[in-house]
Amino acid sequence: MALVELENLTKAFSRDSQPIVVFDGLNLEFAEGSFTALMGPSGSGKSTLLNLIAGLDRPTAGTVRVAGAEVSAMSPGALADWRARHVGFVFQSYNLLPVLTAYQNVELPLLLTRLSAAERREHVATALSVVGLSDRAEHLPRQLSGGQEQRAAIARAIVSDPTIILLDEPTGQLDAKSAADVLALLQRLNAEFHKTILMVTHDPHAAQAARTLLHLDKGVLTA
Amino acid sequence: MKFFPLVWANLTRHKRRTALTTLSVALALFLFASLRSVVTTLRATGEVGSETRMIVQSAKAIVFFLPMSYRERLLAVPGVQAASWANWFGGVYQDPKNFFAQFAVDPESYLDVYAGDYDMPADQRAAFIRERTGCIVGKSLLDKFGWHLGQNVTLTGTIFEGDWPVTIRGVFRSLDPVFSEDAMLVHYDMVYERYPTWVRPGWYVLQLKNPALAPQVAAAIDSEFKNSSDPTKTGSERAFNASFVTMWGNVSFLMDSIGMAVVFAILLVAANSMMLSARERTNEVGVLKTVGFGDRLLFGLVMAEAGGIAAAGAVLGLGAATVLWPAIHFSAMGFLPGFRVTPGTLALGLGITVLLAVASGLLPALSAARLSAVQALRHVE
Repeated sequence: MALVELENLTKAFSRDSQPIVVFDGLNLEFAEGSFTALMGPSGSGKSTLLNLIAGLDRPTAGTVRVAGAEVSAMSPGALADWRARHVGFVFQSYNLLPVLTAYQNVELPLLLTRLSAAERREHVATALSVVGLSDRAEHLPRQLSGGQEQRAAIARAIVSDPTIILLDEPTGQLDAKSAADVLALLQRLNAEFHKTILMVTHDPHAAQAARTLLHLDKGVLTA
Repeated sequence: MKFFPLVWANLTRHKRRTALTTLSVALALFLFASLRSVVTTLRATGEVGSETRMIVQSAKAIVFFLPMSYRERLLAVPGVQAASWANWFGGVYQDPKNFFAQFAVDPESYLDVYAGDYDMPADQRAAFIRERTGCIVGKSLLDKFGWHLGQNVTLTGTIFEGDWPVTIRGVFRSLDPVFSEDAMLVHYDMVYERYPTWVRPGWYVLQLKNPALAPQVAAAIDSEFKNSSDPTKTGSERAFNASFVTMWGNVSFLMDSIGMAVVFAILLVAANSMMLSARERTNEVGVLKTVGFGDRLLFGLVMAEAGGIAAAGAVLGLGAATVLWPAIHFSAMGFLPGFRVTPGTLALGLGITVLLAVASGLLPALSAARLSAVQALRHVE
């Protein structure tokens, strides 16, 4: 069953009054529980695709549907609420808030829910435990290694039990050992917790961790 | 409340900057409240005075003396119960900056006319009346100079030139702002002795039998002396005090203008600081939007930061002005008796605080709310 459905997706930018077409009628589906790696050269539209699925950007034409909800038709306010409940997003550069501890960073999505402080504590503790950072809860991002920061970012992405986890080059700034740890964690989230994962990467080794591999070139799926 | 840690973390991100901005706001509000209090105190000063007392002064100007013979004629006017007189003495103590109000008075009649407006032991009153070089001082003035009862104090005359050694024979507490605790009373006779051909009463203070007859009494007095070489101007004590306030000219406008200019200058500082802070965090705004923080929530969080800085500044600035001036018994050497920050000024200060918070936070808050997540995430410092 398709969790993410992209129908006749068109996305065009205008840069220096020059139109740039990223997607022109793209059709694509991601099944629930899938772990897909999306590869392709720079400018192929990988990150734009993630942004469109996450509702961070709007398509020029076509529809984006996630778990039955038409993301591309939502108002900005509704999109923010939807994102909080359904999307976990992981960035290449971790993007933890530097003034918050690992615990507080992970707690951020839960502040948007009606959970009590005790319930939030429980959820954060679970997420940190899953990524193996229970003992680093009170550390600020600058006190963590790159791998630990990315694991904290993954904990932030999974803490609200989202419908889909989107990762944009999650191992791009990590050493081999840390990258392997993160990829193993993603595999575990997919296999053990049945999370649907879509990962954009340049790294063929990272892509091997996924169960499905797609190539995108100039907005077109090539394999 | 659950967002408080986030707001607090952002406020304490650059502790020095936040502290300096807060102190700027505090200083602005302190100055505003203090300058505004000059205005309110001046206005209040113009409103003190008894309904049963009237002041007779020269119709030409307050600086012109009135003949001593007027006393008996004033007492003869129907409705006048008692009469006393006083002069502005205008001396300084040790240094010109140690200036305070001094009046040369007829002790017994003057203290009788103002009975009920001050509190002083009877023996001290008697000692003052008895000794021509004696004086009495307000408790506030005594404390300010560290004087004590029986101490010899030498005043240097600025109007009545020369050194004037006097002995403190009494210390009074004010029961009404009209009888200022920052003042000293000396004997009129002491001055008269040295300048017998020059000095005369500066003004007369009348005690009325019936305050309702004040207009008639004033008209009768001014009519009595209308064709003399020293015509009079008679009015209520309140009007007399108010005339001193008008001598300050348009100081109220000046004080208000300076106060608002200071607030506006600090508003620019606070707004600049908030803009800088928000610009530094553009990428984080993108992250929060990605997590699911809505535009309104982000707007509210930035406004909360601006509100936090303004509120802390208000507590410090308005609090300091409210506590400091009464604590040091400030009265501008008696010219601003009862100087304090009024509830009205505090309310105005709080209103300015709200305006300051809104004005300094609005642009960065709108900017954070309107920015798209993708644009924000692309932002590089």
